[in-house]
Amino acid sequence: MAANEELKKGDVLIDMRNIHKTYIMGDEEVHANDGVNLVIHIGEFVSIVGKSGSGKSTLMNIIGALDVPSSGEYYLGGEDVGEMSENQLADIRNRMIGFVFQQYNLLPKLDILENVELPLLYAHVPTDEREERAMHQLERVGLASKCHNMPNQLSGGQQQRVSIARALAGDPSLLLADEPTGALDSKTSRQVLNFFRKLNDEGNTIVMITHDNSIAVEAKRVVRIADGKINFDGDTKEYAAIIEARH
Amino acid sequence: MRSFLTMLGIIIGVAAVIILVSLVNGYMNYMMESFTSMGTNQITVRLTNLTSRHATVDQMYTFFDEHQDLFLQMTPQVSVSSATLKNGSDSLTTTSVTGVSEQYIDMKSFKIETGRFITYADLLAKQKSAVIGYYVAEELYGSTEKAIDQKIKINGYAFNIVGVIERQDSTSLEEGGSDDICYIPYSTATKMTRSGIPNSYVFATVDTTVTEDAVSALTSFLTPIYQSTNLFHITAMSEMLDSLNSMMSKMSLMLGGIAGISLLVAGVGVMNIMLVSVTERTREIGIRKALGARPGVIMQQFVMEALLTSMLGGLIGIGLGSVLSNVVGAAMSISAPPTASAILVSFSVSVFIGLVFGYMPASRAAKLNPIDALRSE
Repeated sequence: MAANEELKKGDVLIDMRNIHKTYIMGDEEVHANDGVNLVIHIGEFVSIVGKSGSGKSTLMNIIGALDVPSSGEYYLGGEDVGEMSENQLADIRNRMIGFVFQQYNLLPKLDILENVELPLLYAHVPTDEREERAMHQLERVGLASKCHNMPNQLSGGQQQRVSIARALAGDPSLLLADEPTGALDSKTSRQVLNFFRKLNDEGNTIVMITHDNSIAVEAKRVVRIADGKINFDGDTKEYAAIIEARH
Repeated sequence: MRSFLTMLGIIIGVAAVIILVSLVNGYMNYMMESFTSMGTNQITVRLTNLTSRHATVDQMYTFFDEHQDLFLQMTPQVSVSSATLKNGSDSLTTTSVTGVSEQYIDMKSFKIETGRFITYADLLAKQKSAVIGYYVAEELYGSTEKAIDQKIKINGYAFNIVGVIERQDSTSLEEGGSDDICYIPYSTATKMTRSGIPNSYVFATVDTTVTEDAVSALTSFLTPIYQSTNLFHITAMSEMLDSLNSMMSKMSLMLGGIAGISLLVAGVGVMNIMLVSVTERTREIGIRKALGARPGVIMQQFVMEALLTSMLGGLIGIGLGSVLSNVVGAAMSISAPPTASAILVSFSVSVFIGLVFGYMPASRAAKLNPIDALRSE
């Protein structure tokens, strides 16, 4: 926890050095990540954009400590993720990362509040505090009144807000969103993106994975990946200009 | 629904174990009781009397007197076959009428309701004195009080009712039952049946440890008289009890085996369902892992679920088994309360099943890669 608390705005959160990830598909070796170098600081709002098969999902899995690189070094908040055991990976996911998925991934048999409490449960937060903190997050996303509803009683946008509340519940250093608007209509997508911006303004670090350039430009910084390599890393305005130029 | 079906396997398994074990146990107790009430220390001697070779009552009594160290009581036993009991126009044909000595009451541990049992004086004088069972008194006279000192005709001979034996069977009072009995002096009975010499004796030994000595003493006494071991037959109750016991324990072992197999099948059912549930819940496992659940926690969750399912199934099974074993026991008119050992064993087996058969699916769940698990639909 100590490392987590010491991090402040402008500190390096993600430090990836020459990351390679190789899969064996049949007889072929697939280089999903082929020498990725990436540094992200506390307080940034970065979108990682790329077509399907570009390696962006692999990169997201490594950033999210769901997977470990084949070679290269990855420091998350100063901790070497590449050397971690299964249990340590589980702990660092719990402590430092809040996931927001395309399909919301709420547990259908638990009510909204219980879903939001889950990361706190795995962090061994005592029951009272757990409920209090989960309720606070639900208030933040405006769904406190529905805390005892089941996920399937909510609309897609509401479910995504619950999953954001869940991601925020453990006070993670990083909010990692995988195509967060992929299953939403344009109006709801806009609400979610606005909410992300607000969270970022409040100091949250957000990394958003998307294939959609129009979504990517909502962030402050864009990292584009193709064929397992980063081929653009810069300011959103710069990126928007390139896209504009292409049309 | 599915977890109920899983439980059903265990419920049936556990209930089957309890019912089988309790019923066998109840039946064993019933057999034991009826044997013990017949007297486990008794030795029955059946004689085939020939005109040239036979043992007289006096010879038997002399033998008995000489072996006071082995025997407590002895009585000749003369069955009056197909006897008809009559009081006026009312009659009974099912009653077992037996000629015995005055010691018979001590051997059978009967209690007398009213009056007295047959006495030595009755034997000597070949008195027509009868001691009747509760059923006979109720049927022919209406009550024990009305029966005492009344006349009863046995195969046409008029007897005096000198006593009524206390009710033996508290649950049923029926023809040919243990209360449909009548005792008369053996001397009177031999005269009535014109057999001359009793062909059956019952000995009561001092205790069951001397049974073997008693049997060999009887054999060496009777062999010279009959000049053959084929003309008499000695049956010791305790020997029969031993063989009954070993038969029963074999039977309960066999039934226990069958019940054990059904529990095993239930266990495989639990494993099957748990494996399916792991596959179906792959996504859930992925989500939980992404949120920071350690493999051990996932493992714990699945083992707990299996354990809870089988424990709950076990408890319901115990309840069901206990009720059913009482019901079936009542239907078979034996007392078959569920035994503590059956409950304990079947419950611990169901917990064991939950642990063992829940372990494999749980460890599979724990080892799932979070990315693969998240991707699965």
